[in-house]
Parts: sequence; C-alpha cells; structure tokens
Amino acid sequence: MREVAILGAAMTKFGISRKSNLEMFAEAGLEAIGQSNLEPKELQALFFGNCLGDFEEGQLHMAPFAHAELGLSLSAPATRFESACATATVAIRHATLLVASGVYDLVLAGGTERAARMGTPLATRTFAMACQAQYEAAAGLTFPGVFALATHLYAHKYDLPLAALKRDMAEVAVKNHSHGSLNPKAHFQKVIQVETVLSGMMVADPLQLLDCCPFSDGAAAVVIAEAGMARKLIKNPVYVAGMGQASAGPLYRQQDLTRVRARETSARAAYDQAGLTPQDIDVVELHDCFTIAEILALEGLGFYDFGKAHDSAARGETTFKGKVVVNPSGGLKAKGHPIGATGAAQVVEIVEQLRGESGARQVNGARVGLVDTLGGDFGTVCNLILRS
Amino acid sequence: MEYPLTFEQYQQGLSEGKLLGLHCQSCGAYTVPPQGVCRNCQGQNLFPVEVKGEGTIRTFTVIRVAPEGKQPPYVLTLVELEQGSWVMGLLTDRDPEKADMGLIGKRVRLAPHPGNGSLSPGEIQVPKFNLIAD
Repeated sequence: MREVAILGAAMTKFGISRKSNLEMFAEAGLEAIGQSNLEPKELQALFFGNCLGDFEEGQLHMAPFAHAELGLSLSAPATRFESACATATVAIRHATLLVASGVYDLVLAGGTERAARMGTPLATRTFAMACQAQYEAAAGLTFPGVFALATHLYAHKYDLPLAALKRDMAEVAVKNHSHGSLNPKAHFQKVIQVETVLSGMMVADPLQLLDCCPFSDGAAAVVIAEAGMARKLIKNPVYVAGMGQASAGPLYRQQDLTRVRARETSARAAYDQAGLTPQDIDVVELHDCFTIAEILALEGLGFYDFGKAHDSAARGETTFKGKVVVNPSGGLKAKGHPIGATGAAQVVEIVEQLRGESGARQVNGARVGLVDTLGGDFGTVCNLILRS
Repeated sequence: MEYPLTFEQYQQGLSEGKLLGLHCQSCGAYTVPPQGVCRNCQGQNLFPVEVKGEGTIRTFTVIRVAPEGKQPPYVLTLVELEQGSWVMGLLTDRDPEKADMGLIGKRVRLAPHPGNGSLSPGEIQVPKFNLIAD
C-alpha cells in the first residue's frame, strides 16, 4: 500500500445556513481544491457524504450534482456514502484506501448536511431512522434516548450517584463550549456554566438540552493524494498514519452500552497500523454528540480505564495543557453536528492543528492527531490517525 | 435459505401476547428479537420458539422530545430476558415522572397487548412491559 496524505482541508461555518447542501459543499470543496494548488478537473473521484438530503431538500442522488457544482471531469466518478453520523469519516477512509491501493492518485472526500432546516420534530424522527427500524425505532427511541440509556447504565455499572455523574457531564459541555468560543466556524461560540447545563430542559432523562449537540447545517471537504504527489503540490501535507472502521448490530444486541465495542475494535486497528498508542496522541477530535458520549469515547479510545473518564473534563485533563486536548474545535457539542459533514470537519480541525494554523485554540507542538466518529446507535465507528 | 423467523411472524406473536425468538441447535442460545443467524455463535441451525416474556430492566430513559408522530413523555427500557437476549420496549405502568434509577434491576413481564409504534408505512407492534410486584 502506498503512503497517503491530505492536502487542502476546508469547511463552511457550521450553524443555520440559508445555502443548499450543494452550495455549502461547493464552498468547502472548491476551497480545499484551491488550497491544494489544483484545478477541479485534476481530481479523479469524489467520495461524497450526505445522510438526509431526501428529507431536508427532497434530494436523493446528490453526489453527481456535487460533482457538477465542483466542475469535476466526466471520468471522475462521484459516489454517495451514508454511515449516519460517521458518514464523512467513512468516505475519507474509503478514499484513502483507494489512493493507497493505487486505483487513484488524487481525490476529493467530504460531506454536507442541512439538518437544522428540518426543525426538531422531523429531525428527531429522521435521525432515529439510524436506529433499527423494526425492533428499536418503532418504540419511539431517539438519539438523545440512546445516550440516555447509556448514561443510566454507566451510573449503575460504576456505582456513581446520578447527580454527580450529571455534574461531571455538564463539565464536558462547559469545556467544549469554551473551546467553541475560540472557533469562528463553530455553531455556538458562547461560554456556558455548569448551572446553565443543569437548568436546561429535559430531552431524554437524564440528558438535558446542553448535554446534546445541536442540529446544524454545514459542509467540509479534504483533498487526498498519494504522498509523493502531495509533497510536490504543497509544502505541508498531513499523512494518514492509521485507520480503523468497525461495525456492530442494533443497540439491544450490544447490551452493555458503556462499552462501544465497534470503537474498541476500530481504534485498535488504527493504533496498530500507525504503530502508536494513546500516549502518542497530542490532539483528538472525538464524537461528543452528547456529553456522556465524550466520556465513553475517551475510555473506548484507551485514554482512560473503563469507568474512569467521567470526571476528565472536571479535572481539566482534556483541555489545553491537559493530559490530551480533546475537541479543541468545540466538538460536535459546540462546533455543531451537520451529520454528513461532521467527520470531514473533524479531519479539517486535526489537519489545521498539525499545521499550526488553529490560532487561539492551537495545541502547542501538536504532531499526531486522532479522529473518532461514531455512526448511529454505536453501529459504526471510524478512526483516523494523522501525523505532520 | 429461508429466513428463520420474520418480523411479521414476530409481530403476530406480540399481538397474541407471546414473545417469539430463535433457539440455536448448535450452542443453545436464544436470539430475541430474531435475526438471520444466532446472536451468540452465528450458527444457522435455528428453530422458532416462544420464550417466556420475563426479565430484568437493565436501563431506561424517559423520552420528552419525541420524533414527529409520537406523544411524549414515555418510558423506554432495555430488558434482559431470562434467556439472555435484551429487548427494547415500553414500560407502560410507571408514571414517567416517577421513573428513576430504582427501576434498574426491577423484574418485568411482557404485557398482554403490544403498543402500535409505526412511524413509516405499515403497522409495527412494540413490546410493552409491566413491573412484577416485589
């Protein structure tokens, strides 16, 4: 397999947009191509992520239209990927695999989503379509519900008073909103307090409004190339050191929801390929769709023992100058979560961190970064390890 | 290969107050709800059986912001059946305002009539559970 690198990496501002999915993707894609010193016609394929365009805009089969928006050549196939919230990471992984294997030298990968447009009732319903339709979603399960089930199980399993766990979880929200306040592309850029989180409306017991990420609009894209070609095009390619992806079944089959087995498998594959351990990681963008989700991810990725990450944010271990900087972008919690774009935006953040381009939220001396994206109710996890 | 126990058959069982599943002739595990292969050994030598609809609440939540078409609040639970499978269902005999951590570990039994849970075309019967008195 050939070495693969990321060249241009760009995202729109996340939040509430009046632009269409295609318009947002064109902005991110053309910026990424321009950063790579390339013309669109030079790209050989598009790996395009979108989850719910049919509900958002009445648009299926968006990939060829994105291809036209960008001015790609007829010989460059455009293919849509859908892995729920892990969509764009999975698209980037498959793009990387096909460049590594020599099928392509130069491709574009990313995603776009206009989730805020649907409004809360329809968005809640369509997101829940990523749960097993016959045996789970029909009962009225929602995504906050999935993580609420995991929270109660976590409190019971590790014998933590629920009120204490909720305060620790609120500290995750406070930390990620604090990071988001340093990110001009974030959906939310306001600092919040623990009491703000604990006084929010209940969404799915015990998760309150600010335990949850928002429905967001946005797009993100990256150019991926064979490493030698990348070095000729730009001065600071970021290399793909390791990747993993794993799949698990419905929630009821996974049973102990405090252990995301797909993540443990995926992360191990990425660490093994990179020849690295959690101790080697300087900066992480991980899947904090809910406050408890960051805690589960920190344990599944090997940064903490199981049952020990709940007070990581409260102890200041996951912010700047901590043990490992987690979600400097603000994460899904504050940067926002346009599901089909999220994984690509995580990659954009890590690429900028490794290039020292992150301004006020720069992790000093960051050389190795980890991307962690969870799709659905723990059914898909995809991990990427990038190095400068 | 003939699918061993279809969703339609599983639903028919629920509508009669029965919980159906698959019994693996290779490892003895029960797979409820059904799927193409045994949940434990991935074996394909599976026989449809009725399982006892009793188990233990492993976790729960109260849905307060619901999908379009659902009326919150309602209590959702993951129940571990005596046969080892976990099943997603509604807990219908506990006031959502009184659903707390004390529910975890409580014994439940499948209610005689399921709920209707369809959000997309076609009816879907959803398992309902009731608490068994201590």
